[in-house]
Amino acid sequence: MLTFIIRRLILAVPTLLFISLVLFLLLDLAPGDPMAQMPLTIPDEVKQKMREALGLGEPLHIRYIKWLYQFFVVEPGFFLDWLFGTNMMEGTQRVVSWQFRSPVFDIIIQRLPQTLWVVALAYAVGVIIAIPIGIISAYKQYSVFDQAGTLISMIGFSVPPFFSGVVVIVIFAVKLEWLPSIYDTTHEVKDWESMKIQLKQMIMPVMVLALQTTAQISRYMRSAMLDNLKQDYVRTARAKGLSEWSVVMVHVLRNSMIPVVTVIALGIPSIFGGAIITEQVFKVNGIGQLLITAIQANDIPMVQTITFIFAVLIVLFNLIADVLYGVLDPRIRYD
Amino acid sequence: MTDTAKEVLGESQPRGKSRSQWSDVWKQFRSHKGAMMGAFVLLFITFGVLFGPYLWDIDPTKLDIRNKDWRPVYMPLFSCSWTDLCIPPESLERMKYGWSHPLGTDNLGRDILASLIHGGRVSIAVGWVAMILAMLIGTAVGVASGYVKWLDGLLMRFTDLVLALPLLPLLLVIMLLFRDALRATFGPELGVFILIVCVIGATSWMQTARIVRADILALKEREFILAARSIGTPPMKMVTRHLLPNVLSPIMVSATLGLATAIITESAISFLGLGFPSDFPTWGKLLFDATDRIQNFPERALWPGLMISLVVLAVNYIGDGLRDALDPRIRGR
Repeated sequence: MLTFIIRRLILAVPTLLFISLVLFLLLDLAPGDPMAQMPLTIPDEVKQKMREALGLGEPLHIRYIKWLYQFFVVEPGFFLDWLFGTNMMEGTQRVVSWQFRSPVFDIIIQRLPQTLWVVALAYAVGVIIAIPIGIISAYKQYSVFDQAGTLISMIGFSVPPFFSGVVVIVIFAVKLEWLPSIYDTTHEVKDWESMKIQLKQMIMPVMVLALQTTAQISRYMRSAMLDNLKQDYVRTARAKGLSEWSVVMVHVLRNSMIPVVTVIALGIPSIFGGAIITEQVFKVNGIGQLLITAIQANDIPMVQTITFIFAVLIVLFNLIADVLYGVLDPRIRYD
Repeated sequence: MTDTAKEVLGESQPRGKSRSQWSDVWKQFRSHKGAMMGAFVLLFITFGVLFGPYLWDIDPTKLDIRNKDWRPVYMPLFSCSWTDLCIPPESLERMKYGWSHPLGTDNLGRDILASLIHGGRVSIAVGWVAMILAMLIGTAVGVASGYVKWLDGLLMRFTDLVLALPLLPLLLVIMLLFRDALRATFGPELGVFILIVCVIGATSWMQTARIVRADILALKEREFILAARSIGTPPMKMVTRHLLPNVLSPIMVSATLGLATAIITESAISFLGLGFPSDFPTWGKLLFDATDRIQNFPERALWPGLMISLVVLAVNYIGDGLRDALDPRIRGR
């Protein structure tokens, strides 16, 4: 197992290097100039110096290697400094956003809680709803509940979040006026009253994102349960007189969870991609919104860092899913 | 030999109705209610956007500032006085609505029905072309890596790499980078169309490639392939005559999925404001433009969104029906 994990970790390095190279080369083609907003009265040689201060003006491969160094050595170093209160990294150049003129990671850290509150909670809610639906749909196959579950997950697959979000805003915020249509990120939770406001403004974005998760996971759960319910060990369990509850909820469920857990792990990075749209609909100023504004403002270091973080998440959770599969299913051995 | 046997043998046509594979598939497909409904809705919307402009010949880009902010013609249906959820009669009197603009007009007086029809043309065209492109790339990669042994490792590693890319952010970045260049060469609309189609096609072929490769690898072990090889079938003929027809059904199923995702992706790009130019309607663009004034004019967002959802739902149901119909183990049960 350990050798497998180490091998996969080593294999992840060229993958990430390739992705970072693709991103770097793509963004190098960007037509925008960070100096375009500067006043015309600044002389050309000063502009050239400012450009060099931003790390431009050097050949492509040097810039790429410098960026790699900043991303993998300097930024983790600053993180350790912050963690332990040391200052090993003092005086080194960090990845700086052209838009905010401050380190990219500081801004990402500011925006991360908003995204995590909405996205992570939505994913958890989606999974918690999906698993019972999948179990019941499989146990009562072709029943009314199963048919309704199929229809709802079809709708969850088909209705894009930028439409379901708009629909819930029209119904609950505009017509019924129960919930606020815009997510207020400056709101602080201090007591029970402010907690209620926070919950109110979170319901809509969380449910919109959770609908998509539920649609996917409940389908996987259902088919995994169906596969297992037909197995011989289920008949054995029933034959030795176990109660129906323990047959389904202990024997079948535990075996069916193996593929579902890996699917849940694989879905975590893609939910960040989906959050880009949901954040735009509900005006949450999280990572997705940061990426969109950075793309529109030609803030190349920011775009590069965020997309690369997404790529790291994808590679990481692929690895986690593979390892989980091996841990959970003793029939799978990576040797 | 008895007389009946002679009679039967003498006939040139078989007595019962002959059954071909595709008639069986069609029969199974017809028994799937959701799929038939989906096919009907998809055909209806497709014909609607194809021939709609001839029936409803208002130019969707024509500004008519005097007739701006018309409401849909069905507004009186929502009027009542006993609850504050519906429209009170006095505000209904202030609204402008009528059959000259059945779904109303936007804040510049453009007819919404005409925008919907023209926007649907673009959205559905983008979906089909991008899906066909993705299927072509996916099938080519899948067949190459399944059939040619030394290409397999290389192509599959490449597929894994592309799968690890964060696709939506990348799509947005590519849209931003190449939009202006392609606009300059092909004109504002065609340039963006080519870009969106290529970008969606180039980022959604991976699943098809994996499925096709797995099927080809399994098919290669079968006896009929051995037989075909032993009579000296050249490799190209092998692929086109023996392998491709046998992987057609998984390709068709993933094509329906591809059509659905392509339509959603195009709408998402338009919704984030990085798609077609502003005077060129697509469903995602109309939805995006409507969100700012959703408090006063919710119908402007609902109709394009409903269209996207209906088309995607229909396509997904068709895919479900096709999967059942093309699977010989389920067919006939």
